[in-house]
Formats: sequence, C-alpha cells, structure tokens
Amino acid sequence: MSILFFIAAAVAVIATLFVVTRADLVHALLYLVVSLFAVAVVFYTLGAPFVAALEVIVYAGAIMMLFLFAVMLLNVRADAPLRVPRRAWLGPLVLVAVLLAELIYALTLSGSSLRGVEVGPQQVGASLFGPYVLGVELASMLLLAALVGARHVAGQPDDGAGRPRDGAGAARDAGEGEAEA
Amino acid sequence: MLGLLWLIPALPAAGFVALVLGGRRLSRRVAAMVGAGSVGLAALVTLLVAASFIASPPPGDAYRQVLWTWFDVAGLKPQIAFYLDAMSLIFILVITFVGFLIHLYSTEHMEREEGFTRFFIYMDLFVASMLVLVLADNLLLLYVGWEGVGLCSYLLISFWQKDVQNVYAGRKAFIITRVGDTALIVGLFLLFTQLHTLEIQPLMASATANWPVGSGFAVAAAALLLGGAVGKSAQLPLQTWLPDAMAGPSPVSALIHAATMVTAGVYLIARTNVLYELAPDVRLAVAIIGTATLLYAGLSALAQHDIKRVLAYSTISQVGYMFLALGVSGWDAAVFHFMTHAFFKALLFLGAGVIIESLADEHDIFKMGGLRHRLPAVFWTFVIGAAALAALPFVTDGFYSKDLIIATSLGSVDGSIWLYLGALAGAFITALYAFRLVFIVFFGEQQTPVTRLPRRREKLPLYVLGALSVVGGLVWMPGWLGGFHPLESFLDTALPSTELTGSAFAEGAGSALLTIVIVLVGIEIAYLLWLRWRTATARFAARPTPRAIQTFWLHGWGFDWLYERVFVLPAKWFARVARGDLIEPAVGGIAWLHLRGWRALSATQNGLLRTYLTAAGVGVVIVLAFVVLR
Amino acid sequence: MANVPYSYGLLLAAVLFGIGFAGLLVRRNLIVVLACIEIMLNAAGLAFVVAGARWGRPDGQVMFLFVLAMAAAEVAVGLAIAIRFRQTLGSLDVDDADEMKG
Repeated sequence: MSILFFIAAAVAVIATLFVVTRADLVHALLYLVVSLFAVAVVFYTLGAPFVAALEVIVYAGAIMMLFLFAVMLLNVRADAPLRVPRRAWLGPLVLVAVLLAELIYALTLSGSSLRGVEVGPQQVGASLFGPYVLGVELASMLLLAALVGARHVAGQPDDGAGRPRDGAGAARDAGEGEAEA
Repeated sequence: MLGLLWLIPALPAAGFVALVLGGRRLSRRVAAMVGAGSVGLAALVTLLVAASFIASPPPGDAYRQVLWTWFDVAGLKPQIAFYLDAMSLIFILVITFVGFLIHLYSTEHMEREEGFTRFFIYMDLFVASMLVLVLADNLLLLYVGWEGVGLCSYLLISFWQKDVQNVYAGRKAFIITRVGDTALIVGLFLLFTQLHTLEIQPLMASATANWPVGSGFAVAAAALLLGGAVGKSAQLPLQTWLPDAMAGPSPVSALIHAATMVTAGVYLIARTNVLYELAPDVRLAVAIIGTATLLYAGLSALAQHDIKRVLAYSTISQVGYMFLALGVSGWDAAVFHFMTHAFFKALLFLGAGVIIESLADEHDIFKMGGLRHRLPAVFWTFVIGAAALAALPFVTDGFYSKDLIIATSLGSVDGSIWLYLGALAGAFITALYAFRLVFIVFFGEQQTPVTRLPRRREKLPLYVLGALSVVGGLVWMPGWLGGFHPLESFLDTALPSTELTGSAFAEGAGSALLTIVIVLVGIEIAYLLWLRWRTATARFAARPTPRAIQTFWLHGWGFDWLYERVFVLPAKWFARVARGDLIEPAVGGIAWLHLRGWRALSATQNGLLRTYLTAAGVGVVIVLAFVVLR
Repeated sequence: MANVPYSYGLLLAAVLFGIGFAGLLVRRNLIVVLACIEIMLNAAGLAFVVAGARWGRPDGQVMFLFVLAMAAAEVAVGLAIAIRFRQTLGSLDVDDADEMKG
C-alpha cells in the first residue's frame, strides 16, 4: 500500500509539471486529467475512498470536461500557441522554491504517522447530514449562483458568443446583447 | 562774523534744494545762477569769515558753532556742529573759491548738455557735503560728509548715463571707495567704544591720555582710518577707480577728482594727527604708501595717451606726495601742497576740458598737436599748470610746496633717505610726464581741427587759476629764500609742527638745489624726447621691450586685471549661483521627491495580472516566513 | 491502509501547490491559468484529506467536498469570463488585458 502511495504521488507530480510546461493547450489539459487521477489514487491509499471517487467523477470528470468544452468553443487550437521564453521561469521558480522551503520546514515539525484507518462514505455522509448540513446548503447555493452567473457572463446564445471575431465588434455586439437581456 | 560759519555749507545745500524743487521749471540761465551763485555766495561768506578769523583769532585759535544735537542714544550724542581752525579755513577757502571758478566754467562748458540742471544739483550737493566734511566737529558728521561726497562722485562720474561704460566707471568708484569707507566706519566704532566720544578735539585729548604710544588700539584705529583715507584718496591699493572716473565731465574731474574729494583722506589724517602720533608704525605706513603711490602713478602717467587719464594718474601721484608729507609728520606741508595742487590741477583739468571740447570730443593726445596757435589762452594757462605740476623753480607754487615735502621727507625725524630718494625720483618723473603732455598736445603738427573756441566764462577761471598757480606759493617761502612763511605760522595754530633733525642739507638750500636740478633736467629731457627727437622716440617706443613696459604702465601695472580675477569674477559667480535661490531647490526637492515616488509606485500598476500575482506570492512568502520562524 | 507518515502527504500537497503557483506566474494563456488554479485548489484539498486521515475523522473529506464544489463553481464562471475575454480582446493572452494601469 505504501508503495502505491509513492508511485501515485510521483505520477501526480510529473503530470502536473507537464501541465504547466506544455505549449499545446489540449495536451496540458489532458495531463491535468492524469494528475487528478493520480491524486485520486493517493486519496484511496490514504483511506478516503469516497473523495477518491468524487475526485474522479467531479474533478477529472465534470470540471475537466468543462475545460475541454470551453477550448472547443473558443477554437483555441487554431491560434498560435503562446510561447514562454525559458528566462521567464527563473523568477517564479525562485519564489516557489522559497515558498516550498518554508512549507516543508513548517510541515516537518512533527512526523507522526497516519492512523491507517479507512474513513468510509458512511461516516462522511453522516457528517455531511449532521454537523455540516449548513455547509452543504451553502455549497448548493453557491453552485446555483455560479450557474446563473456563468450563463450571464458568457452572453445570450443568439448574440454569437463564443465565435471568434474582432474584439471591438464583439464588445459592441456582446454589450448590446446584455442590454437587451 | 564768525557766526556766519554755518552759512558756508548751507548755501550750496540751499542751492541744491532749490534746484531739486524747481529745476524743471527754471530756465538754464536761472538754474546756472542758482547753482553757481550759491557756491559763489558761499565763497564770499568764506572770505568774510576768514577775514574775521585772521584779524581777530578766537580763543584757542578755534571757533566752534553748535547748531543742534543730532540724537542722543546710549551715550552717543553727536551734534550738528562746525569747527573752524586754521586748517579747515584753508580747506573751505580752497573748496569754495576753486569750486566757484569751476561752477562758473561749467555754466559755459555744460551749456549744451541735456542734464544741465541735474549737473548743478549734484555739484551743489557735492560742495555742501565737502564743506560739511571739513567743517565737521565730530567724526560722525564728518562721515556724513564723507558719504555725501562719495555719492555725488558716483552720480557725477556716471553723469552721461546713457553710455553704460560711464555707469560702470561710477559703480567701480563707489565700490572701491566703499571698501575704504567700511574700514573707516569700523575705525569709528573702535574709537567710540574705547574712548566714548566722537567729537574730534575731546577724542584726541582722550586718546593721548588713555593710549600709550604704540598701543594696539591706537594702531588699529589709525590703520582703519588710513584704510578709509586710502580709498577716498585713491592711493595704493585702492587707486584703480580714479583713472576710470575720468568718464565724467571735465569740471567734475577738476573739482572732485583733483581739487577736493581726493584730498578728503589727507584731511582726515591731518585732522586725527594725534592718533598717528600715537602709532608711529602706521605713520610710517602712510609715508611708504605715499611714496610708492607717487612713483607708481608717475610711471603710469608717462604711458597714458588719454589726456584726462594722464591728469588722473598725476592726481594720484600728487596726493601720494601729500600722504608722504603726512607720514613724516609734515602736517603743514601736506596742507600747503593740497592748496597749490588744487590750483594747478583744477587748472589743468579745466584746460583739458576746453581742449576736448574744441576738438569735438577727442581725448587722445597723439591725435592732438599744434594747438598753441589755435588756443593761445589755453596754451599759456596749461603751460603754467604743467610747470606748477612739475615744480618749475621759483615761478610756480608747485615748486614751493613740493620742494617743502621733499625736504621734509629727509629733514623730519621720521624721514629717511629712501623716502627722500623716492620723492626726488617722483619729481623727475612728474616733470617728464607733465611736459610730455605739453609738447605732444600743443606743439608739432596739428592732427585734428579745432571746431570750437572757448568763451569768456571758460577762460576766466583759467586765468584766475593760472595766476594763483604762480603766486600761490609765495605764502610759504623756504628759509634760505627769506623765510616769509605766514601760512606756516597760521597752520601751526592748528597742526603740530614738524620735528626736524636739524640737518643743514635738508633744511637749507642743498636739497632744494638738488630738486631744482632734477626738475630742470626732467623738463629738458621731455623737450628732447617729445619735441626734438620725436620720431626717434616713437620708433624706440615701438620696439618690443619698451612697448611691453609701456603697455604694463598704461594699464596701471595690472591692478585692474588682478582685482578682476581675485574679487570681481568670484563675486559675479557667487551672485549667479545665489540668483538660483538656494532655498528653492530644498522646497522644490520635496515636490520632486513626491513626483518620483508617485512615478515609481505608479509603475507597479502595470495592468498585468501576472505581476499582481507575483506580488501576492511574495507577500505570502514573507508572511509565512514570519509565522514559520517565530 | 497505507502506513505513510502524513507529513509526506502534506509534502505532496505543498509540491503540487508550488508547481501550480509557478505555472500561474509564468503561463500567459488564460485557460492554462485557470488550470493552474485548479491544480492549486486540488493541492489544498489534498492537504485537507491528509489531515482528516491523520485523525481518522471525516472532517477532512467534508472540507474537500466543499473545496470541490467551490472549484466547480469557479471554473464555470472563469470559463465564461474566458469566453468574454476572447470576444473583447481577440486573444487569450493574459498580458493583453492591461488597461487598468498607471
């Protein structure tokens, strides 16, 4: 079991690295899916099968599908990929290195091991309908707000939202569309 | 009669006021009458006062007239009071008489000038100030007169103010004499704080009582007063203003820069002679300054080619003789030379003025020549003046006074062989340049045509001054010529007599003979160089070394060049820097700082998302560092 | 279950977070930026789960659920914004949106 944890962790890290460094957008998103799968495995090895499943279904499933649909809608692949010069990585790398150093230092202050118990969906469900029921309600309202908001920000279906066009014309049309709505 | 004393300065002052108030509306004739007439009246009153003074001398040989108390503050209580003794009497006689003659001359000479009334306003103010100076009973009133003559000198030098060079000359005169004036006022401060009075007679008595010979205070006070005198009288090292002061009209040069104002320094030292008796070192300095100046100026005069500048350097040189006399305690002799010098130098300047006018404003003597036929009156009077300047033996007053000084420079207990030799050399050089002037201007080929002849009011003063230059010396004949010296006896009532060493050579005919020989030789050489062998001299002067020496002397031995580098340019630089308002940058700096800070901060708002994220990341790192490392 | 010192789990979370943050600072494509945000959210959730597993309680998983819900909502709105972005500016370069400067 422990070995599974480390393998999955390695896969996750490598996949994430690829996400961040690929020039092709779709490739990057697919690597992200891989990374999410790997993290799901990590969840399983930690004794949290419920969230492992959730990770796969919601995160890798719904959210990444959203990404890919948006990419399809925007027809991004037709554009030239945005190149990032190698030099541009230096500053952020330094910053992240310092951040990691701090986090590692903070996290390794205590090194006790895991209990090794599995916390199954039953317990999670009981907790959700018990102490955290308010949070669940709020989360659902949040999702509703996001739904409505996304619909509005993206614009009416008949004002041509999503089709690539000149910026100025698009703004005018989109604005008019919003005003009508 | 003596009670009329106050009228003497008051009359020119009244003339000044009248012209100031009514000047525009008065015609030229009336303005001239007021301007010159007020001085003439003052001369008349002076005569009356003099007659009364000589006929029945007041007790103590001095008359004091108090008008009112000026102010009374913290122990300083100067009064507007006049003090008349033998010395001031001689001075006021010269000032009013020579002054009147010059005013008379000016009514004709300045006739066509557009500032006619303004001229007489300044001249009357000058005469009034000069009279206040010599009649002042206390040093503060003297200083008032001193400043007054300085002001009028500035106003009159820059009289033709449309030409900015004249204004610069006036400014230069004012600034340089200012240096001396500052020394003088500091001297007055010293005298008052130590001796608690500024009235001259009590001051002298107090100084004798409280200060031993050679004491620091006496030396300091005498030196400071000397500083003032050096400035006003254009002696080394403050002499550079006088040649430039020739930018003023010729009557101004005659009155202010020959006869009267430049002798104010001589008067001051003579008046405070007690201080100089108490400070023998300073007195020696006076003599050395006088000798050095007379030689310096004499040689410079030899190289000039502007007729008025020759006379200007000549004045510096002759005042040097007066200083020499003062330095060897020849107080009376200095006053005598002042008198004779006033006569012949005013004469020379007035003559020069006529010449310049006649030749349509030509100043260069090498463009003159042959004028003795066209301007005979001027020629004869000018020759008399030059002869007096050169001290032509027996027939000119200059001889008697200059010979007296030369003899005293050796014969006085404070005299020395070096001063004597310097004075003799000076006499030789004086004769040389005086007759160089005569021969170049009046003899030879006429280069410039005469376009205007002098008229009566210009010629009359020339005649009178010419006569005075001849007979003026007869009031003090040397011992070996009969010893008729009423002037000396008269002056001895006011000034201490000179202590003589008893040297027979100095007091007798011996030194006089030497002087006579030197003067005659000088005149003869001048005749040879500038009349007989004129072309040879010109050719010699064109050679490199003589030319270099001549240029050096022409520019006053480089004093102007030196002062320009050391004082003027740094002052101008500093003024330019200070004009930038040193405080301003400090205030402006705050604004600049703010602007730069704003720009810097503004630059962080570059609109790029990633920059903001980086900033947030850095912030997180820092905060975590605090948390983790605590 | 695995007998792993839970600090390793947190370490994994930290590393994933760091990678996501670096990518956020460097990449200019808006979609990739949103993806990096997802990476970071995921890492944070991982940290919660590890903490919950440490104590054997469901609270960590519950937190992860909420994080997940929030991430989903945020992605929805974010992609809608991306569509708008593309319409008005014509590209997906984050550096093109720099009008709020000065």
